[in-house]
Amino acid sequence: MSDLLFVRDHIQPPLPAPHRTSGVVLWLRTNLFSSVPSTIVTILAVLFLYWIIPPLYGFLIGDAVFSDPEGLRGEACRFEGVGACWVMIQGRWNTIIYGFFPNSELWRINLMFVIAIVLLVPMLVPKAPFGRTAALLFFLVFPVVAFILMSGGILGLRQVPTAQWGGLTLTLIISVIGITVSMPLGIFLALGRQSKLPIIKGFCVGFIEVWRAVPLITVLFMASVMFPLFTPQGVTPDTLLRAIIGIVLFESAYMAEVVRGGLQAIPRGQFEASSALGLSKVKTMVFVVLPQALKHVIPGIVNTFIALFKDTSLVTIIGLFELLNTVRSAARDVNWSSPTSDITGYVFAGFMFWIFCFGMSRYSIYMEGRLHTGHKR
Amino acid sequence: MQTQTATDHTPSRPKMSVSTTDVAIEIRSMNKWYGDFHVLRDIDLKVMRGERIVIAGPSGSGKSTLIRCINRLEEHQTGDIIVNGVELTSDLRRIDEVRRDVGMVFQHFNLFPHLTILQNLTLAPIWVRGIPKAEAEELAMKYLERVKIPEQAAKFPGQLSGGQQQRVAIARSLCMNPEIMLFDEPTSALDPEMIKEVLDVMVQLAEDGMTMLCVTHEMGFARQVANRVIFMDQGQIIEQNEPEAFFSNPQHERTKLFLSQILH
Repeated sequence: MSDLLFVRDHIQPPLPAPHRTSGVVLWLRTNLFSSVPSTIVTILAVLFLYWIIPPLYGFLIGDAVFSDPEGLRGEACRFEGVGACWVMIQGRWNTIIYGFFPNSELWRINLMFVIAIVLLVPMLVPKAPFGRTAALLFFLVFPVVAFILMSGGILGLRQVPTAQWGGLTLTLIISVIGITVSMPLGIFLALGRQSKLPIIKGFCVGFIEVWRAVPLITVLFMASVMFPLFTPQGVTPDTLLRAIIGIVLFESAYMAEVVRGGLQAIPRGQFEASSALGLSKVKTMVFVVLPQALKHVIPGIVNTFIALFKDTSLVTIIGLFELLNTVRSAARDVNWSSPTSDITGYVFAGFMFWIFCFGMSRYSIYMEGRLHTGHKR
Repeated sequence: MQTQTATDHTPSRPKMSVSTTDVAIEIRSMNKWYGDFHVLRDIDLKVMRGERIVIAGPSGSGKSTLIRCINRLEEHQTGDIIVNGVELTSDLRRIDEVRRDVGMVFQHFNLFPHLTILQNLTLAPIWVRGIPKAEAEELAMKYLERVKIPEQAAKFPGQLSGGQQQRVAIARSLCMNPEIMLFDEPTSALDPEMIKEVLDVMVQLAEDGMTMLCVTHEMGFARQVANRVIFMDQGQIIEQNEPEAFFSNPQHERTKLFLSQILH
């Protein structure tokens, strides 16, 4: 018999993996001091934190002014070595959140926010009941309700012109409209760009390339200055409306390219299998291709959403008072100005933007995990 | 685990009736070009209802392209293709009509990865045939049981083995209740141990009288199931015959060379 013969006489049962040791010292050694370069980086990082944390703490908390019991307003912050002037944010809170909306009508904005949250929660939480109903209400009914609440003029509500809209409310209005309209527009543009019909394809390519190649600031200036030149005399569309249209068209061009990236990742076999089952081109797109393509580009889509959210601060330059602009004007208010009011305002505005953007980012990561169906192995 | 591969199938030909009058597919002097490349040349083929045809040939011989023309995944330029009495032209309604009745199974399964197995099976019945969801699910479960994987219904394609995925793909086609099934190298992408489970499903389908056109290299399957083997090379049908005669007594030089390469 050959020496090469080998026959296994029993099957080796699976063994548990070797026990992984743990402990603080081990963690430190593997993560912070595993090698000389790693040790150097750790020391430098600690020095950096030592250098940055005390002054940051001093400005934001230690030397900051949190309360104004004597009603001094800006005076409370006007002294040597003062930290952040949080009382300024407190004092101008209503303007920062609601803009110049009449005080007696603020309940309308609050009601709008409450309705939005009540609809958004079941829509965004995957297992919540009434998700589909909430989505329908949010996209079809809520815009009308919100518009009535904001601008009034009917149902006995006092009319509030858009010039008085502002603050965080305005930022959210522009972003939500921008996001919900630019997304479907972007999808249509991306599909149009792949069309075999030369006119549709040409239009979509032209649209995307023109809007993408122009800075948003230019778009907003054109919307506010040039656009009225083309409308009939006496008709001046609302500045806010023009700004929103400009932002929507601008962002939809970006969205189109993101979606196109996702469409290109779908193998031809998916189209073929769907066609072979008798599904029409439209149904193939809706049920087979788009769900996969959009899932692939969730990071890109959310990236565009976040950029859009932050870009809304540019409407400042055509005289709209969104969050950043109201905060800045609060800081420059004679009653509230102080050596640190400006910085306090920017820190606060930055923090507000960060909260919303970080929220979007975390939600998208959560959704990516949920939609993962085990095909990337 | 069975280690028997398809080529070991003993030819125990089941009784299967082939119609002598009812034509399922008729292709008349059909030609197709990819750009300047003449990929299918003067194809004439008549498939009777209940016939099971295996198409063999070297790679690049046009065999996949031929069956993809039958449900218009590929367009032919001259000649006629008549499927189930419907002539294929650029008329989209006719194409959809043909596709509803012709099932297709692909080499790489092409399941929809974002849908569960059950949703893969019910998508077309619901949105093409307009069957209510509950009824479509019942139908889907019936076919999943037929391909012996009803327990996988709630999983996603990425969680199944290749052989299971291909069986799901067959079940997905069957849910549309097709009269003709096209197979484009259904076992070429599978591990050897999984080929048999797919071929078993196909044999069962043949026994039920399905009209089948199958591009495959599984010659054991051809011997067992086919009524006719077609050999293609350079975009043309070189030889066709009954399987026994085809394998034991090939006529054309190219066929002899091909068979000597694959049957060793």
